[in-house]
Amino acid sequence: MEVYLDNSSTTRMYDECIDKMSAAMRENYGNPSSLHRKGIGAEQLIRYSRTAIAESLRAKEDEIIFTSGGTEADNLAIRGGCAANRGKHILTTAVEHPAVLNMLEHMSAIGYRVEKIPVSADGFADINAFAGMIRPDTALVTAMYVNNETGAIQPVREMCRIFKKRNPKGVFHVDAVQAYGKIPFTAAQTGADMISLSSHKIHGPKGVGALYVKSGTKISPIIYGGGQQRNLRPGTENVHGIYGFGIAAELSQQNIERKGERMHELRNRLRRGIVENIEDVKINTPENSAPHILNVSFNGTKSEVLLHSLENDGIYVSSGSACSSHKKGPSYVLTAMGIDRKLIDGTLRFSLSEFTTAEEIDYTVNSLVKIVKQVRSIMKK
Amino acid sequence: MKADLFLLKYGEIALKGLNKPIFERRLLSNLDSRLAKIGRFSIKAAQSTIYVEPLETVDTDETLNELKKVFGIVNICPAVRCGKELKAIEDTAITCLEEEETEGKTFKVEAKREDKSFPLNSPQLSAEIGARILDRMPGLRVDVHNPDILVQIEIRKDAFVYTKKIKGAGGMPVGTNGRATLLLSGGIDSPVAGYMIAKRGVTLDAVHFHSHPYTSDRAKQKVLDLAKIMTQYCGAINVHVIPFTDIQLEIIDKCPKSLLTVIMRRMMMRIAERIAEKTGGQALITGESIGQVASQTMESLAATNSVVSRPVFRPCIGMDKEEIVNISKKIETYETSILPFEDCCTIFVPKHPKTKPSIEELSEAEKLMPNFEELLDRAIENEEVVSLGG
Repeated sequence: MEVYLDNSSTTRMYDECIDKMSAAMRENYGNPSSLHRKGIGAEQLIRYSRTAIAESLRAKEDEIIFTSGGTEADNLAIRGGCAANRGKHILTTAVEHPAVLNMLEHMSAIGYRVEKIPVSADGFADINAFAGMIRPDTALVTAMYVNNETGAIQPVREMCRIFKKRNPKGVFHVDAVQAYGKIPFTAAQTGADMISLSSHKIHGPKGVGALYVKSGTKISPIIYGGGQQRNLRPGTENVHGIYGFGIAAELSQQNIERKGERMHELRNRLRRGIVENIEDVKINTPENSAPHILNVSFNGTKSEVLLHSLENDGIYVSSGSACSSHKKGPSYVLTAMGIDRKLIDGTLRFSLSEFTTAEEIDYTVNSLVKIVKQVRSIMKK
Repeated sequence: MKADLFLLKYGEIALKGLNKPIFERRLLSNLDSRLAKIGRFSIKAAQSTIYVEPLETVDTDETLNELKKVFGIVNICPAVRCGKELKAIEDTAITCLEEEETEGKTFKVEAKREDKSFPLNSPQLSAEIGARILDRMPGLRVDVHNPDILVQIEIRKDAFVYTKKIKGAGGMPVGTNGRATLLLSGGIDSPVAGYMIAKRGVTLDAVHFHSHPYTSDRAKQKVLDLAKIMTQYCGAINVHVIPFTDIQLEIIDKCPKSLLTVIMRRMMMRIAERIAEKTGGQALITGESIGQVASQTMESLAATNSVVSRPVFRPCIGMDKEEIVNISKKIETYETSILPFEDCCTIFVPKHPKTKPSIEELSEAEKLMPNFEELLDRAIENEEVVSLGG
């Protein structure tokens, strides 16, 4: 049995995406900037996706800029947003994705003052602390909607409201890569000026993402070229990737509430299965979380060993997040939540998708019970 | 400077008397396969020199880089071709010298004729070109005994001039000194050990022990990447990947934890010797260095040695880590070796390993696993062999 529970790293593409993209690659290969019919055909594909994504956020079409993925969207929002606005102060949370944190490290190197809002033991940004950290020269706040490691839903709506009241000219950016297609939201509901999205987290192709930029928000490009996308993101568009992204956006939005409830139930089934059958575990995913992520520490084990043992049973999960597992050292997200190093070393992240079944969850629980026991008995010696 | 001919000098193999043709043939065929990926070359041996002549336009640096990795070559001289008129030879010699630091230096011209119809004999030609160089480069002086720069001229179908002498890899051609089995981990030492033995002309097979799920498939890929880098020097290598988890778990289950690592090493040696039996390997190679870790103390080395009958070569045995690291940087395995894919197998490392285990207590401990021979057989049956071309 193959059980893919690493959907926060990436997802399997919708068959419909693959089929329609393949057909488009074969037939509709023009450059969207060309004046002839081949160009117009390619332009239509982009237009189709722009509409689909704008509709999913209830935004306007010209508020969507396509990028090479979530990382570029975050980079463009932060760097482009700061360049076009006054103020040298940036606020973020301690648990952002490296696409934000490392961009901010660069901003700090070029003279911005970056401050991190602390998080609670549940992994939520501390609203009161945040309110106290806002300054008149705070140019930008960047915060993630759903944490990629724990699934915690951050209070971005409230943060945005507080920030806008204090600093109406400041820019508020939301990294919604893990939220999009999993929990329903519109751009207006978040109140954000910019929102980052990624295609491959919602069963679309890799290498494509988007940044929503609210009309009237000042932003500068971070790359320069031939004028495409109103010069904010020049370069010949990744036509077929963008097309696939649009299809995936549509499909993932269909019945999003019902699919969310289903994932939520399965996630709780997994949580129950673990808590009831395995001793000495700590659930790091809080109650108020996205429906598809479950982060668990198995005391007295090692994540990599658990991960590779599960792999032998055909189950694919992640130790922490795939992006931070490139680096050695414990997860900074769990560290910021004050979790003990020994527990962090035995932590797995399970992330479900709309394709996950109850049978897969039960199979995973059975395998986990066996494997955790085995690894603990070896590590005790 | 673009070279039209490479003259390769071989050292030790010239001394091998009647075996010389065997060594020479092997070196030529090694060169042949090594250079094939760059372009077409004519490769011929004459009078203890190998003449490598590109038959199409090739990049000189790329060719030199490849030649520098072939064991058995002591020096490489990239030469420039010119017409056989004295004026042409003189001009070419000057061009070559202009690339060197000549101010205040001494030089000597050494000519060789293969083409005996050339009007001047070798000493005459040397003297003539030497005089002309002196005229044109007043900063140089002649020293026929101990020159800083040696200008060499070869009169063949065309004339060739060279002044540069680049150090080759040395050693002996791979394939002239038998076959040995290398225990290849993902670390820094074992690729260096393999390199050093291959340098003596030995063909390598490698054995790698894979402990999935305690090490990841990326750790295995890393070992294959290391072996691939080694093939640049050592020629083709077959990597035998042995599933080792069951054996490790059995050891953990049955034996005292303090002896775990040494018993594991003994099992690895046993398997490596069986692989050597299958592949015709006459010796085993490890990257061990005395005292580097608990399993490499004198006692531990004796204990791992005692389970095999083939000689075990440990070329790093007397080296400090830094010396080993320097070689691994030189042969470009270092960056791959330090990739961090192996952290999970640390759970198999006892906190307090015994540093002076006796062979008797190890044999006793191994008796707690009465069926270990079967486990070894099964591991070898399930091996995966990956052939990496040279």
